[in-house]
Amino acid sequence: MVKLRINGIEVEVERGTTVLEAARFLGIPIPTLCHDDGLLPAGACRMCVVEVFNGPHSKLLSACTLPASDGLVVQTHSARVERARRVLLELYVATCPRSKTLQDLASRYGVRQMRLEPKNETCIQCGLCVRMCEQQMMAGAIGFAGRGASRRVARPFDRTSELCRQCGACLYICPVCELRCHGANAESTLCNGCLNFSTVCLQSYNDAMCFLDPCHACELAGPFRPDVQLKLRAEKSAK
Amino acid sequence: MPKVHGVEELEAFRQSCLESREPQRPCLTVCAGSGCNAAGAQDVLTALRKAVERRGLGDTLDVKSTGCHGFCEKGPVMIVWPEGIFYNRVAPRDAAEIVASASNGRRPVERLLYLDPVSGQRVLREDEVPFYRHQQRILFGSNGRIDPKAIEDYFRVGGYAALCRVLSELTPDSVVESVNRSGLRGRGGAGFPTGVKWEALRKNPNHPKYIICNADEGDPGAFMDRSLLEGNPHSVIEGMIIGAFALGANEGYVYVRAEYPLAVEHLRVALAQAEEFGLLGDDILGSGLGFRIKLVQGAGAFVCGEETALIASLEGRVGEPHPRPPYPVEQGLWGKPTIINNVKTWASVPHIINRGADWYASIGTARSKGTMVFSLVGKINNTGLVEVPMGITLRKMIYDIGGGIPQGKALKAVQIGGPSGGCIPASLIDLPIDYEQLTEAGSMMGSGGMVVMDEDTCMVDVARYFMEFLEEESCGKCFPCREGTQRLRGILSRICQGKGTEEDLPLLEDMSWMMKETSLCGLGQTAANPVLTTLRYFRDEYLAHIREKRCPAKVCRELIVYSIEPTLCDGCHACVHVCTTDAILGEKKKLHTIDNAKCIRCGACLEVCQPKAVLVS
Repeated sequence: MVKLRINGIEVEVERGTTVLEAARFLGIPIPTLCHDDGLLPAGACRMCVVEVFNGPHSKLLSACTLPASDGLVVQTHSARVERARRVLLELYVATCPRSKTLQDLASRYGVRQMRLEPKNETCIQCGLCVRMCEQQMMAGAIGFAGRGASRRVARPFDRTSELCRQCGACLYICPVCELRCHGANAESTLCNGCLNFSTVCLQSYNDAMCFLDPCHACELAGPFRPDVQLKLRAEKSAK
Repeated sequence: MPKVHGVEELEAFRQSCLESREPQRPCLTVCAGSGCNAAGAQDVLTALRKAVERRGLGDTLDVKSTGCHGFCEKGPVMIVWPEGIFYNRVAPRDAAEIVASASNGRRPVERLLYLDPVSGQRVLREDEVPFYRHQQRILFGSNGRIDPKAIEDYFRVGGYAALCRVLSELTPDSVVESVNRSGLRGRGGAGFPTGVKWEALRKNPNHPKYIICNADEGDPGAFMDRSLLEGNPHSVIEGMIIGAFALGANEGYVYVRAEYPLAVEHLRVALAQAEEFGLLGDDILGSGLGFRIKLVQGAGAFVCGEETALIASLEGRVGEPHPRPPYPVEQGLWGKPTIINNVKTWASVPHIINRGADWYASIGTARSKGTMVFSLVGKINNTGLVEVPMGITLRKMIYDIGGGIPQGKALKAVQIGGPSGGCIPASLIDLPIDYEQLTEAGSMMGSGGMVVMDEDTCMVDVARYFMEFLEEESCGKCFPCREGTQRLRGILSRICQGKGTEEDLPLLEDMSWMMKETSLCGLGQTAANPVLTTLRYFRDEYLAHIREKRCPAKVCRELIVYSIEPTLCDGCHACVHVCTTDAILGEKKKLHTIDNAKCIRCGACLEVCQPKAVLVS
């Protein structure tokens, strides 16, 4: 067992626990975008940064990857952390302005302005789908390709891998997919139609349904692929 | 070559190496580092060898290629031993004259001697050249004397003596203690105390332990690690073997970028030689220590210089960093305790053992010890590699060693520490260079790149350029760095085009601050440094771009206009010939004018105009 201090509260946790888990154990909410309990932490979204003190110095570290250790002193919501999250969220919202997850989080953090040009991207590259596929589905059918600005979630050589069982787990865990598809019933967040590949929404909404470019997970599903959609549209107009 | 089984045997072999060559025997050593090679050093070598052969001097005069001397600006450079006569800008056609003067003790070839621009005098020896006079060449001291492909040469300058001493006299703890006491700090950039890192690894009970030499030098304009590996690979290997002894490791890696073919080749030769001699292998010099080094080449990613990304790349995964802690000394390569040190850090270790930790600690400032190697590039007269004691002032670096700014222009700023370092303004020219002072000024030591900028440099454009580099090199794993570098570059480009607003400045500051605080690895955390320092020291330049739509240094293309001064133009037509867009109108012997709609502001006409009639405003 190790003893650490989070927001002034002393907490004893098992060795190997992360600071994020320890904080949640205490009921302190730390926002995350790329974390899932069943997957190994990536430390990619940086939303969970906390201020870690070392004598007079302190620095921000991601709580999801920081192992709890004896004598660790952590502040999860200091002014510095809050400001960092706020600016970070401003950047997130500007990148994916139509994501409800990000909008909600940003409004909770009091982001009232968007000084950057909106980009209309859909994927924040949290990597949940990639880790899900690899660590829980034991498939590894998708991964990251490219570097920096051109980095993206991709299939090997942009073809569906033979390892892919079309289980839809990537789709299930994607924070953007989940919230962008309102399904046939706009009130519920998820119709799960895409999970079963019975895409009722496609019939009821036609091409208006998927107002965003499909992410890789949807591409697997076939009808959502842009080329297929174009074909469908052409067939429809021919009728 | 026979395997050497013990310390005494090695010393005996060193003695035989020394005796096999008479110290006063004349020798011509030509720098064959990448810089001098590009300037034609190989042709000079061939010409010299031919000239020696033609005169039948093969038995009395040696011709040898050595590692980098550092004075790349004047390459190819060479030295005539034993007098130590220093020739620069040597061409193959000078070979006969050089050989003649060296073989019969005639006067040195006057015109090839270095001409001191200040005194106007020719300088005879290398150490009298102002460029070298203010340096303290510890790591690079032997570079100009030894043939990097001959281990015997390294033995002759006292190579592997530190290893002998360590194996026969010292304990692992006392080696770590020595390194600790020397005050050596990581030369890769962050400046973490090497001794503390070593101690942490030594205390780690887990096995096996790994040793890595980080030679993935990627900063634009930095080439000290390359030169050291090219010129003296054995010093790095010796440092690593001592490290293996002190830390209890049996396996080491050198991660070198594939863009350094000569360094890779020399290192490969050196590793093979060391194994042949029994300096690497199972029972090193009969001490029972087993240690092997593998050479791994990078795949061209800048971020792989970051230690966790480097480990990922070594393991065969995508070169992306992961958050620390856990640090590599706790969980590194294959999850085992690992130490990663820079090329120069490893090469410093034999010197510390040979000459003592106290000697090393006596060089430098209170908290930054020893010497630092800088690559002095940009708008400076003496481009090259410079090894100086820590704490030297920028003024000394630029004016005494660097020989000042070309064409007598004014110094504007110095970018220290590679693309993610900061720009130090000319007003801070008396700043002593050490880790703390640089960090305080908003820059960092980094790997030691030093780019000098003169009055014709636009600081907004500089910030934009570095951001473009980092945007391309960001691995993209963490959001603030991937997206932040793109956004910063976008805003800076807009300002350069005269489309910026005053609100952009606080936005730049906010984004930069956030990237610094939240990014995953060192790349993202320091990526905003060029923006932050230029904003701090050159805010007026940003404001000139934004408010007056004016680029004070006349660099940003969208904000400048070329014109021809009618009273100066003599109608020579030279500008018309070089203009690629046919923007210059006018017949020969008549006044020319520039059509600004067609002009792309490339500046070609400015360069060719003899009467200086082309104006930029």
